[in-house]
Amino acid sequence: MLNPDAQLNHKIFDKSSDEEALRDGYGKGLVEAGKEKNVVVLTGDLEESTRVNWFKKVYPERFIECGVAEQNMAAMAAGLGISGKIPFINSYATFSPGRNWEQIRTTIAYNDSNVKIAGHHAGISTGPDGATHQAIEDIAIMRAMPNMKVIVPCDAEEARKATVAMVSLWGPIYIRLAREKTPLITTKETPFVFGKSYLLWQSRGQRIDVAIIGAGPLLYNALLAARELGKQKINSVVVNLHTIKPVDGRAVVEWAKKAGAVVTVEEHNVLGGVGSAVAEVLSQKYPVPIEFVGIKDIFGQSGKLHELWKRYHLDTKDIVNAAKKAVKRK
Amino acid sequence: MFLSHHRIKDLYDVANHLRQDVIEMLVAAGSGHSAGPLGMAEVFAAMYFYVLNHRPKQPLWEQRDRLIVSNGHICPIQYAALARAGYFPMNELKTLRKLNTRLQGHPHRKSLPGIETTSGPLGSGLSQAIGMALAAELNGERHRVYVVMSDAEHQEGNLWEAAMFAGKNRLSNLTAIADRNNIQIDGYTEEVMPLEPLRDKYQAFGWNVIDVNGHDIEEFVAAVLEAKVVYEKPTVIIAHTIPGKGVSFMERDFRWHGVPPNKEQAKEALKQLRTLGGKIKHE
Repeated sequence: MLNPDAQLNHKIFDKSSDEEALRDGYGKGLVEAGKEKNVVVLTGDLEESTRVNWFKKVYPERFIECGVAEQNMAAMAAGLGISGKIPFINSYATFSPGRNWEQIRTTIAYNDSNVKIAGHHAGISTGPDGATHQAIEDIAIMRAMPNMKVIVPCDAEEARKATVAMVSLWGPIYIRLAREKTPLITTKETPFVFGKSYLLWQSRGQRIDVAIIGAGPLLYNALLAARELGKQKINSVVVNLHTIKPVDGRAVVEWAKKAGAVVTVEEHNVLGGVGSAVAEVLSQKYPVPIEFVGIKDIFGQSGKLHELWKRYHLDTKDIVNAAKKAVKRK
Repeated sequence: MFLSHHRIKDLYDVANHLRQDVIEMLVAAGSGHSAGPLGMAEVFAAMYFYVLNHRPKQPLWEQRDRLIVSNGHICPIQYAALARAGYFPMNELKTLRKLNTRLQGHPHRKSLPGIETTSGPLGSGLSQAIGMALAAELNGERHRVYVVMSDAEHQEGNLWEAAMFAGKNRLSNLTAIADRNNIQIDGYTEEVMPLEPLRDKYQAFGWNVIDVNGHDIEEFVAAVLEAKVVYEKPTVIIAHTIPGKGVSFMERDFRWHGVPPNKEQAKEALKQLRTLGGKIKHE
């Protein structure tokens, strides 16, 4: 059943349940964040599709158009951050932090400049644009950078809360966003605490057979999988690990101990992403069998969100199969 | 005349001492860059001892002018200038590039007072300077932002993204100083990857361009003052310099870009500097 403490969207399994894109939640959050007068917003010629035009409308004097120049955008933001501003830089994740990774590393992370990096259109769910625009490596490249923190919200509401929270969290932070509308898992009342994972689902009964730990919109598929596993008498928990760095190691170990087997879920390459972060913790603290649901080190292609999730084995049934496999390996 | 003869003589004297500091630092470090730092001695003497409005004992004073060194590899000359200006003790200069030093091989903001930003990877200092200039503009602050760049870093795409942005936004509180010394690691700039016509390129990007002899302090300072009164554009001062200036066997030789002198060479270099190239007898 859904964790009552998380106050999740109780209509989540209804066909009529609401959907909203993460970028929309981010856009709303940014307008709220603008109440802090040091927040400035930069974009690389993508104000509409990154939803920063909503901020621009309210705070035009603090909106900076950079043109298609992501390297300059990142390093300029570093200069603004050092000077007391709280810059949010915006482009597609393949370009920022993709193309400007070194500027982010040297001028933002090593320099410890208070810059927030929003990687839009991340994951293969970006869809018809094809693999050139589908970031599947961004978590890995940002996680490997000292001083950098990484947030992967699961829905529009969590993206909004995380965006607001980033203003008062000092230092460089990467937030991973997505283009397409996806189910609303959380509500306004769901708590968001940076660095602290929380339970979305726990099967009835004391026994837990498998812990599904993931981040991003695919957690919806994880919830559907948990329900399906329940029907097959496999008890599970689903954990929202929205902060990938610093990872909530204590919780990861706790769930591994209780379940004895783990499945990780992410719309990212299985090399270096959420699953890797979980495996790094468990291999040192409490080794258990882990199955990785994610993109298996392969580039995506054009298609619709649900077609791509199916094609790249990120669907509910893939998570169900991974869970069974993990349980079997105990 | 905005600078008295005495003042000018003093600044040349500072430049000479900065060069000696650089040689001593490099020989103690056993690695580092020689040609660039030596070529910029007059510019750094003029900046830290005349142009900049700054308080060495209060390095984070909010109204200070900012000086960013984009080509971080020439940091020995900046470290020497900072120490002589009073930012940190002179005896720390010999810790350059050693374990646990505040004088990192390339400058790091978090490690040493007076360093405005972390730099070294080429082509992104101008962008960072623009960010600082924008912040000043947003806050209605009147300090100026200066950025020193090498000539060869103009081969980086990032730099031209930044040049385009500054031109479009008419950032007149920003002055860039390009060290046109014509050398880079692999050879002469015009052979490795030609930069000329550099002046025309900047003009095409909407900048005010001033060419100066980078070893003529009066000419350089005049250009900096001109930049202050050009309100409609950012200014770039193209400082034509001789790499390795002041040490005869290093001058104009690209092989001195990224290597330090050995003990013998350092001794000879210091002798040349202390006797002003043989003009005076006693060191």
